[in-house]
Amino acid sequence: MSTAHADRSGPHDVLLSVSGLQKHFPITTGLFRRQVGAVQAVDGLTFDVVRGKTMGLVGESGCGKTTTGRLLTRLLEPTGGRIEFDGHDITHMSQGRLRPLRKDMQMIFQDPFSSLNPRHTVGTIVGAPFRIQHVKTPHGIKRAVQDLLKLAGLNPEHYNRYPHEFSGGQRQRIGIARTLALNPKMIIADEPVSALDVSVQAQVVNLLEDLQAELGLTYVVIAHDLSVVRHISDDVAVMYLGKIVEMADRDSLYTHPRHPYTVSLLSAVPVPDPRRRDSAQRERVLLTGEVPSPIDPPSGCRFRTRCWKAQDICATEEPPLIGKPGDMDSHLIACHFPVADDEKVAGRKAPASVV
Amino acid sequence: MTSVIRPTADGRSPRAFLEVRELCIHFPTEDGLVKSVDGLSYSLERGKTLGIVGESGSGKSVTSLAVLGLYNRNNAQMSGEIWVDGEEIVSASPETVRKLRGRKMAIIFQDPLSSMHPFYTVGDQIIEAYRVHNKVTKAVARKHAIDMLGRVAIPQPAKRVDDYPHQFSGGMRQRAMIAMAMSCDPELLIADEPTTALDVTVQAQILDLMRDLQREFNSALIIITHDLGVVAELADDVLVMYAGKAIEYGPAVEIFERPEHPYTWGLLASMPRLDRELSDRLIPIKGTPPSLINVPSGCAFHPRCSYAGLTNGASLNVVPELARGASHLVRCHLSVETRQQIWQREIKQELEGTA
Repeated sequence: MSTAHADRSGPHDVLLSVSGLQKHFPITTGLFRRQVGAVQAVDGLTFDVVRGKTMGLVGESGCGKTTTGRLLTRLLEPTGGRIEFDGHDITHMSQGRLRPLRKDMQMIFQDPFSSLNPRHTVGTIVGAPFRIQHVKTPHGIKRAVQDLLKLAGLNPEHYNRYPHEFSGGQRQRIGIARTLALNPKMIIADEPVSALDVSVQAQVVNLLEDLQAELGLTYVVIAHDLSVVRHISDDVAVMYLGKIVEMADRDSLYTHPRHPYTVSLLSAVPVPDPRRRDSAQRERVLLTGEVPSPIDPPSGCRFRTRCWKAQDICATEEPPLIGKPGDMDSHLIACHFPVADDEKVAGRKAPASVV
Repeated sequence: MTSVIRPTADGRSPRAFLEVRELCIHFPTEDGLVKSVDGLSYSLERGKTLGIVGESGSGKSVTSLAVLGLYNRNNAQMSGEIWVDGEEIVSASPETVRKLRGRKMAIIFQDPLSSMHPFYTVGDQIIEAYRVHNKVTKAVARKHAIDMLGRVAIPQPAKRVDDYPHQFSGGMRQRAMIAMAMSCDPELLIADEPTTALDVTVQAQILDLMRDLQREFNSALIIITHDLGVVAELADDVLVMYAGKAIEYGPAVEIFERPEHPYTWGLLASMPRLDRELSDRLIPIKGTPPSLINVPSGCAFHPRCSYAGLTNGASLNVVPELARGASHLVRCHLSVETRQQIWQREIKQELEGTA
């Protein structure tokens, strides 16, 4: 369970703790690369991930969820804030000092077609972590790799095959086998199933869950598919334009969404039930327009330009991410006017042409 | 509801607006004959929507490209008939099909960035499509283009018409693509994964737009997707494809509420759903989609089917016919009674979480 820093003193064993995490990419111009602005990709994230649990990060494209994943594994260096992993402050740690820690945090990438080197065999790919980290395996690298392949549900005899000989789902399993090689504590999975066929997605989701149960892994799962996130996460954070707008444990978030953005996101998911088509359409909260640019985000609440509840205060005052009375303590919302349980949000139709 | 036609080529003239009969598209390759589409029949009336569902490589996109005549005559072996409003496409000359394409039938592609020309403005591309089929001046065509952009809810259409595709966001690009497809008022519109590349909130907008436009233009719509939610949202009829063949075809409500093919059961069971209670585990379909070069003997689904053992070996050797089940067409060896029993007793309960 992720909790706010206010009650971090709780009994939970926090593996990853993030506070005020910020990443601004500079926009430069001219000969001297003068900085004229910044893409505020991630702007002040604070959350904890508890050992052995799964944290889900959801949001639309461009909301900064992938950047967050890269910051957590320090593939990018934050411009502000603090990341603490397993007791180490890794915010500005040098790559050299970070390398031993890399054993403990691994990443699964979205596209299994571009994240595996096509000129290396499966054995080389999955065995690479052992070689890079100089890890001695009791029965040799080949045996260790074959055990990993078995663990990820692949045939160990495929040791000498190349990635192109495998289907998308199998390739994703190869990627998973590679991340498991060094027995990590935490795995960041960036859209682990979105490139896979529907029937294969379920296989990979089940595999991830089995591995968590077996090896006690901690996951941060980044995805845009709300139903997949609901299935695998213990806690969910909803991101919008570089900020967390709502964070809660799974059941609380999906049954009592409070932030207008979460409400509209959930209502937009098509339901595979043709009989409910009409009622689903009526209940749908249609957002108008597009996500604003993170170069020049709206003042105050960043969602206000698309929010139907926005009032004057939303433009002037940024709502903090806090709990609301009546909800569980862990349910945090950044909104001045959270949606109540029995509130009617139905039937809003998007005006035809609004910017 | 469109009438489900008998899948036999009996030489009678077509009654439906679009009729595909016994369509086969084979590609000879160095590795063997790829039977992308193998004996597919369906029909569609104006004002109705057909959803084609299948995994990657099931032949769903190839079918739609064939309807538009967008296949390479040098390497594709086509047989069967495609009737669009009384005209046969397969045997027609490329010039005839070219005149139909764009005017009578149009397509919306999955990725709007790669399917629009980056060198021409959005307006130019819509104007070009319009002027190919209508003898009008550039000024009139431009006015029409602005009109169309306004219809698909692009803000400030008179200004945005001169923008290049890269200046549009993903959702706007898809809207522009739809505007281009609808510019000549086509009677048949094919949407090939129209929302796969988009976020859920934008997807909801686009689906809404397509539904409205279809109502307005009374066109026949084919929607090709792997997302059962999108199909349930739009389609009147559903065609499920597997390894180049239709394996289940009928009204959407029937397919979702009384599916009879084990593959359809698998698809429904393997996706996590927001509208159902949370299940502990997803039920994936075992194995991976077959390669079309090496289609399994007999029923192509038998290596992945849990009920293949109930057919006394028939599924290994005999290709099942697409025959009438209880309410719609199903390609399966199991008897109608057995299928209904399995659905009622096992699958339905698993899906609804009451088991």
